[in-house]
Amino acid sequence: MVASEAVRLFGMWASPAVRRVEWALKLKGIEYEYIEEDLSNKSSSLLEFNPINKQVPVLLHNGNPIVESLVILEYIDETWKDNPILPVEPLERAKARFWATFVDVKCREESRKAFFMEGEEKEKAIENLQVQLKALDEELEGKKFFSGDHIGYTDLAVGWMAFWLGVAEETAGFKANYDVKFPNFSRWMKHFLAEPVIKDNLPPREKTVEFFRAFKQLGSCTKVNQK
Amino acid sequence: MATSNGPVLLSFWVSPVSQRVRIALAEKGVKYEYKEEDLFNKSELLLKSNPVHKKVPVLIHNGKMICESLVIMEYIDEVWPGKVKILPSDPYQRAQARFWADFSNKVCECGHRLWQKSGEEQEAAKKDMIEKLKLIETELGDKKYFSGDVFGFIDIALVPFTSWFYTYETCANFSIEEVTPKIVAWAKRCLQRESVAKSLSEPGKVYEFVCFLKKRFGFE
Repeated sequence: MVASEAVRLFGMWASPAVRRVEWALKLKGIEYEYIEEDLSNKSSSLLEFNPINKQVPVLLHNGNPIVESLVILEYIDETWKDNPILPVEPLERAKARFWATFVDVKCREESRKAFFMEGEEKEKAIENLQVQLKALDEELEGKKFFSGDHIGYTDLAVGWMAFWLGVAEETAGFKANYDVKFPNFSRWMKHFLAEPVIKDNLPPREKTVEFFRAFKQLGSCTKVNQK
Repeated sequence: MATSNGPVLLSFWVSPVSQRVRIALAEKGVKYEYKEEDLFNKSELLLKSNPVHKKVPVLIHNGKMICESLVIMEYIDEVWPGKVKILPSDPYQRAQARFWADFSNKVCECGHRLWQKSGEEQEAAKKDMIEKLKLIETELGDKKYFSGDVFGFIDIALVPFTSWFYTYETCANFSIEEVTPKIVAWAKRCLQRESVAKSLSEPGKVYEFVCFLKKRFGFE
């Protein structure tokens, strides 16, 4: 059994990557100390524990830092074995990891472009995002969640899209049209956001919209990367 | 052992991410069928097996497709446990391995910019590459391999890019050995392993391929 005071999470309230880790910790019933970081004035602790990327989230367990939210999720699942979030079977685990990589690399990239860019580049990014949403929509055919009847690793990985994609759309003036074109995905979003662990662990929407509006204006000057 | 249900690897000869999978399979002693893809004329099998990305590598095993090189490596480690372990057993060390393997993807990304761009953009890519290689070298330190004495996940993830070093150096006019000598020494040690020697492309052939791409796609 691991002591609850041995788990600390460095985060930032608006960050989807940080929430992803919090969702996993809460699903597992792991108690932790949360430390809010001011990313415009990073603490010496954050820089010590994540000297390479200097980003949140950082999970500190028994003094050891683990960084990168998907890496943290796997670490949590391997260290606290109750309520597993990854499937048991290797092929299902590979599928879960594939979709997590897909949203984290591909969807995030197109969302970022749709958010920051204008004109043709923005249009192209929205087009690409729709192709990606179609793939996710097809994957959800006949399923309540990506992981089946209950939320799991893939849902936690895709989860940012359920809330933050809408925020990005509102602040950057675009529509990914999932409610019209991608019914499975749209349904998944509603179910995901209704799950108690998720519902009770989202940032306030208006405050998040304001934050991302300001973030977009900073845009090319400051790159605040969170993984 | 190779059976009709044995794994099939869709690959491209010079693709470093495909080579990761080849090394992993070789380290585990898994027999498989190798299928070379023409990436300029992708087969029906590839398009069906990886409809989302349409990219190599794809591992086909028991009729199922597994995509993304690092995902495939974890799959291989889980399906063929045996004596050789690609990932360590300790969760914290596994987290370190996954972090650095993912970091090696950033070397790949810098590399693309380095040979595709010119002028200021190329200089920026070179600076970025050197910075990343130095971080990786610090992580390696004086160890034989990244995890110590055992060749594993991080080594397999990174080593295929070392056959691209000559290309990076020639395109951007610098010496990786001067900048990060321990990485170059580590790469030579890895090449003494049969799994690596048989999987990596010759640096000269990689450079020829890149010259061909530059001409064909109009990169300066």
